[in-house]
Amino acid sequence: MNVAPSDLGRRTGTVDMVHGGGGRAMTELIRDLFQRHLSNPILDQGHDAALLEASSGRLVVSTDGHVISPLFFPGGDIGSLSVHGTLNDVAMAGARPLCLTAGFILEEGFPLADLERIVMSMAAAASEAGVPVATGDTKVVEKGKGDGVFITTTGLGVVPDGVEISVTRAKPGQAILLSGSIGDHGVAILSKRENLEFETEIVSDSNALHTLVADMIEAVPDIAVLRDPTRGGLAATLNELARAAGVGMHLDESAIPVKGDVAAACELLGLDPLHVANEGKLVCLCEQADADRLLSVMRAHPLGRDAAIIGRVTDDEARLVEMETEIGGLRVVDWLSGEQLPRIC
Amino acid sequence: MKYADEFRDRDLAKSIALGIRQEAHPGRTYNLMEFCGGHTHAIFRYGVKDLMPENVRFVHGPGCPVCVLPVRRLDDAVEIAERHGVILCTYGDMMRVPGTKQRSLIRAKADGADIRMVYSTMDALKIARDNPGRQVVFFAIGFETTTPPTAVAIKQARKEGLSNFSVFCNHVLTPSAIGHILASPEVRDLGTVRIDGFLGPSHVSSVIGSEPYEFFAEEFGKPVVIAGFEPLDVMQSTLMLIRQINEGRHHVENEYTRVVTREGNLKAQDLVSKVFELRQSFEWRGLGKVPYSALKIRKDFAEFDAEKRFEVSEKVSREVKSCECPAILRGVKKPTDCKLFGTVCTPDNPMGSCMVSSEGACAAYWTYGRYRDKARSPRREVAA
Ligand code: SF4
Repeated sequence: MNVAPSDLGRRTGTVDMVHGGGGRAMTELIRDLFQRHLSNPILDQGHDAALLEASSGRLVVSTDGHVISPLFFPGGDIGSLSVHGTLNDVAMAGARPLCLTAGFILEEGFPLADLERIVMSMAAAASEAGVPVATGDTKVVEKGKGDGVFITTTGLGVVPDGVEISVTRAKPGQAILLSGSIGDHGVAILSKRENLEFETEIVSDSNALHTLVADMIEAVPDIAVLRDPTRGGLAATLNELARAAGVGMHLDESAIPVKGDVAAACELLGLDPLHVANEGKLVCLCEQADADRLLSVMRAHPLGRDAAIIGRVTDDEARLVEMETEIGGLRVVDWLSGEQLPRIC
Repeated sequence: MKYADEFRDRDLAKSIALGIRQEAHPGRTYNLMEFCGGHTHAIFRYGVKDLMPENVRFVHGPGCPVCVLPVRRLDDAVEIAERHGVILCTYGDMMRVPGTKQRSLIRAKADGADIRMVYSTMDALKIARDNPGRQVVFFAIGFETTTPPTAVAIKQARKEGLSNFSVFCNHVLTPSAIGHILASPEVRDLGTVRIDGFLGPSHVSSVIGSEPYEFFAEEFGKPVVIAGFEPLDVMQSTLMLIRQINEGRHHVENEYTRVVTREGNLKAQDLVSKVFELRQSFEWRGLGKVPYSALKIRKDFAEFDAEKRFEVSEKVSREVKSCECPAILRGVKKPTDCKLFGTVCTPDNPMGSCMVSSEGACAAYWTYGRYRDKARSPRREVAA
């Protein structure tokens, strides 16, 4: 979708309370900005509720609020992120996404040009993913009561028959696969925080993973578990899985891909890449017998080029995620406590 | 994960581990204190402990600047931020350290104090430049490594005539702390902590050199090996210590020759001595008052000294009663000996400073070791 920016709001250039008042200004904002960029047959019906054809299979629904600082970062912004994040939540159930809905909370005084950039990027992400934004909502809050823009998206999808992806299917002996390098998103965000500058530009991995998932399911319909390691990083995701399924995990550190500049930035800031957020990666558990086939399918997809088998599920009663370190020692990989804060010396 | 390949080579690690196994006499125990939090972190992060024989033990010392700051100084910082309405700038880890009644900077911030996390002293200067109408205080903590940047910031502030910038100085000195631990009654008389040798600080030594450790290697008869922070540095230094102990020597040896010299960085030392002078005495958490163990801002730079600029009230500061940080910092106890460890006190809800920084012994135990020790103990009992 390639729509040029509108000349909306040229007068004041910022969001004001009138845009949320239900009057003409609000209608104009919706028509000239949201509808204009996100246009598709369902949205264009202009109803408050979108009408969808019912289909067979099981429905999946997932909702996610996006609150992020900075709003724009290398490799994306809150708009594309709000599409990718929710599509991935739907995809991790093994589903084919049908549509998205979007709710915007705008802060009075927010530049309309920035809002338009965000909506355009959202539109581009949705169109690239082939998933329409079917309906939406906009509210304006007073200055100081929001952080520029908050976006909530909901995704709806259908799980094909025969696919049974669930954490309860994690079993000792299964292989753990990772679709690519970790830490890119979190470090890209950090690099744009005030006062932190890196020499290299690290780009977020923000991406919609449903086509990768579709390829994987086609090759191995029996995939047991899928998860995207977002906040809390790979460490949190694996610990959640281990706890929920009552299993342990054994990882091989040297098999876990981390890009050189991401590793260097983490080293500098005293962060552990295992705890840093990702937005375009997935973890998969499958039977050992299927692991190599699945790996080659993942590597054939552009979003799984650096996929790797990083460990196996164990029967550890303590539900520990353990890792053989680079130097051959063994250590526990734990959840992160609170926010990861850079070390001093 | 590949960062500094040559210092994290698996085969090399294996061969050093083998060397340690061969040279450590099975009949004796080697208690090695790593002074620096950076070493504690490396030992846990890379599972170095797992590669050591049972009789080679690491004792975690007071080498984390966050852990050794006494509650009183933290309470003072909170007060400066709250009562004087300044912008208080500090490094990340400091934010969560609990003060009296569990009040931390993060809580003070939530209650409305203007406390900002910075990554360097230069950030604090920038905040001062950007807010000419507000007083900006940099809450400076750390060992010899972090002192030169603070000195640079003070000189820079003078050069720019920044009258709204000052430093709350809490810089402490490594050699006096090590000497103090060795001179403490527990070590000298009671024999509760046996320390057979030290892994000496690496970054600190790059500034002050290895020479300052010679006195107490001699005086206390303990070998010191200046060790880098990579896991192989730690292992190689451990082997060097074991050799010295076996041979009955007690010298300062330098494993970290790629960075550390005997004299250190003279330029940095000169800069520090222009801006700072010794405090007669400074309180360390866990060690009590240690003579000549910290720095204060020289009179010549008094206008940048937050202690002179902002009054703090006389008050009683209290640590959590059963927190064993003091004993842990002296190597007398292990984190798991603390009643609060893992129950009341966790990294999400730290009771003492050792549970805050990733370099703190309690946090390192919690993150990398707690289950493992538990999971292992039955097997160990069988073996014994
Ligand atoms: S576990 Fe907590 S309370 Fe106990 S010594 Fe460590 S920091 Fe203090």
